[in-house]
Amino acid sequence: MMVTCAVTLRKKHFYFTLFRGRLHKTLYKTIGIQGRSQYIMAANLCRVSGRSLLKVQNVVTPAKANMSSFSKMSTGKKVLFGTLGAVTAGGAGLLGALHYSTTVHAGELELHPPKFPWSHNGLFNALDHASIRRGYQVYKEVCAACHSMQYLAFRNLVGVSHTEEEAKALAEEIEVLDGPDEEGEMFMRPGKLSDYFPRPYANEEAARAANNGAYPPDLSYIILARHGGEDYVFSLLTGYCDAPAGKELRDGQYYNPYFPGQAISMAQALYNEIIEYEDGTPATQSQLAKDVCTFLRWASEPEHDQRKRMGLKALMIASMVIAFFYYLKRHKWSVLKSRKIAYRPPQ
Amino acid sequence: MSGPLRKHHPLLKVVNHSVIDLPVPSNISVMWNFGSLLGLCLVSQILTGLFLAMHYTADVNLAFSSVAHICRDVNYGWLLRNLHANGASFMFICLYMHIGRGLYYGSYFYRETWNIGVMLLVLTMATAFLGYVLPWGQMSFWGATVITNLFSAIPYLGPDLVQWLWGGFSVDNATLTRFFAFHFFLPFMIAGLSVVHLLFLHQTGANNPTGLAGDVDKVPFHAYFSYKDVVGFVVLLAGLVFIALFSPNLLTDPENYIPANPLVTPVHIQPEWYFLFAYAILRSIPNKLGGVVALAMSIVVLFFMPFVHSSRQTSHNFRPLAQVLFWLMVVNVLLLTWLGGQPVEYPYIFLGQAASVIYFVNILLLIPIVGYVENKLLFS
Repeated sequence: MMVTCAVTLRKKHFYFTLFRGRLHKTLYKTIGIQGRSQYIMAANLCRVSGRSLLKVQNVVTPAKANMSSFSKMSTGKKVLFGTLGAVTAGGAGLLGALHYSTTVHAGELELHPPKFPWSHNGLFNALDHASIRRGYQVYKEVCAACHSMQYLAFRNLVGVSHTEEEAKALAEEIEVLDGPDEEGEMFMRPGKLSDYFPRPYANEEAARAANNGAYPPDLSYIILARHGGEDYVFSLLTGYCDAPAGKELRDGQYYNPYFPGQAISMAQALYNEIIEYEDGTPATQSQLAKDVCTFLRWASEPEHDQRKRMGLKALMIASMVIAFFYYLKRHKWSVLKSRKIAYRPPQ
Repeated sequence: MSGPLRKHHPLLKVVNHSVIDLPVPSNISVMWNFGSLLGLCLVSQILTGLFLAMHYTADVNLAFSSVAHICRDVNYGWLLRNLHANGASFMFICLYMHIGRGLYYGSYFYRETWNIGVMLLVLTMATAFLGYVLPWGQMSFWGATVITNLFSAIPYLGPDLVQWLWGGFSVDNATLTRFFAFHFFLPFMIAGLSVVHLLFLHQTGANNPTGLAGDVDKVPFHAYFSYKDVVGFVVLLAGLVFIALFSPNLLTDPENYIPANPLVTPVHIQPEWYFLFAYAILRSIPNKLGGVVALAMSIVVLFFMPFVHSSRQTSHNFRPLAQVLFWLMVVNVLLLTWLGGQPVEYPYIFLGQAASVIYFVNILLLIPIVGYVENKLLFS
């Protein structure tokens, strides 16, 4: 058996080359034509006769038919397999939809939070910085009485929600233990930008002692550390209600359907007009909760806006780079992809 | 000496034989891209890991805070961490695609290459597990506790072995420091073994979709597959960057943003998504030792592939019955992955047990039977 490979140029390449008037010597060698007139004649011939010129012989079976397992399958079987595939995919889709539905899951008693339309939800949406500023105010005036934010420093607020002067002024409101001084004594000083947010309790034991045995968690990562993120925290803050009949709560516990177990040691903290916003925004309960959730989202990932901005740039660069390299690959492969393999039986 | 320098220079000729003049079957598809993509993932993980290691502190009191410090205070530390954490997921996506391609096209007949590949899978799994412990979040600690405790099921040696692994009487500081050391060391072992994997691959040449000898039509690696691999590289990097920048916590567990606390057990302890299928098999066996054996077998069974393949055809390309079994295996592994993340209750327990049985019956029983039937139908 003798197998020979004949490399031929595809018709569209042929036209393209002709149109641009670039007469390649290699092309002449390949197709054995000398001179421009013959070249144009060959092009015209190719236009007229089309792909029939490229056919080698009828002995060649198209490779595509050989490679497919379904080529010789009856229509009925194709329909059967197609239906089976569709049913399987549909079943998987149904399972997924059930799995990710926000309704109460079988075997679980807590209420899952609905998805809220946060202004920073979109791929390219930044955080609402006015909301972060108001949220910091809520944290400082309400939450900070019990919850620490040990990974947040006053310097982190600069350029995000406050100016440098404002952040310095906020830092100076606290007293920080520093030292030792030249005489080896510890001393108190006003806070600086580099100081971290003050802790409400000296340690975990003190926090538990003051909160009926419950430990108010640190809020630095609270949005990332809870299933549902800010949706959960918002629902929790606004979801307090009376316990249903038959549900018994111990002293110091409150009913919240969003909290695992429904009995939470934190009392409802947010009420309408509990604080007065600097910017005059009406401080309704939902507004307070929304702002503090936005602040906590920022606190969990201060890089949020930079990350998305960088992502947008990366998308634009990647789309060009992928297109370029894909074209380059196609270009390099064009000769190999244009060849034809023929079997010529022995004469 | 005549000819290009790359052909006779002692060092360059090795490169030349590997990525320039290497003869490669012309018909290998995009499924053959995942090998080089795994190399890219490994390099990416080693580089990002190296820079993370410069700022990480392997101490139970400081580990969580040091990761927070990396994300908040180190220049682009959050990006490094996102790339490293999601890079592990991308590495496993490539690994599973690479193994799936090997199973479909019968690459396991290149025994040495295949066996080293399975060892690479085990090493990569070990490295990923060790790395997941390092942030010292709740899931890190409890994941380490659950997985290391599996060794206690080994008869006679078990309890002593577990204490030896921990370096004490529980998962603690000694465990974290040694896990960090091994997490740093193992990727270099993977890199070394990958070279051996390639060495054996280049002894035989790559497989191809037809499963027939590829010598009849080969083309040089460069410029064909070098450019094709580069396309794969940019697509994978774009995907990784997309996840790292737009949804970095898509595949992470919120529990791991809570510092490790040995006194509070999470309600649902589960590993990362890439271990869930094996975890589901482990949970399906009520007996602890039986579960551990089944877990180990879920990977070890890959060594048996050359022996359970009874068909005269290498590739699944022309075997409709075997194709059904292959896709059954794929769907079953996906189902196990989903089940591994579900709570241990009805109906997930039963479904997990059924899927585990199907996993092993498919590989150890159905594949050889179907191969035998095909031979009878086609060749007798």
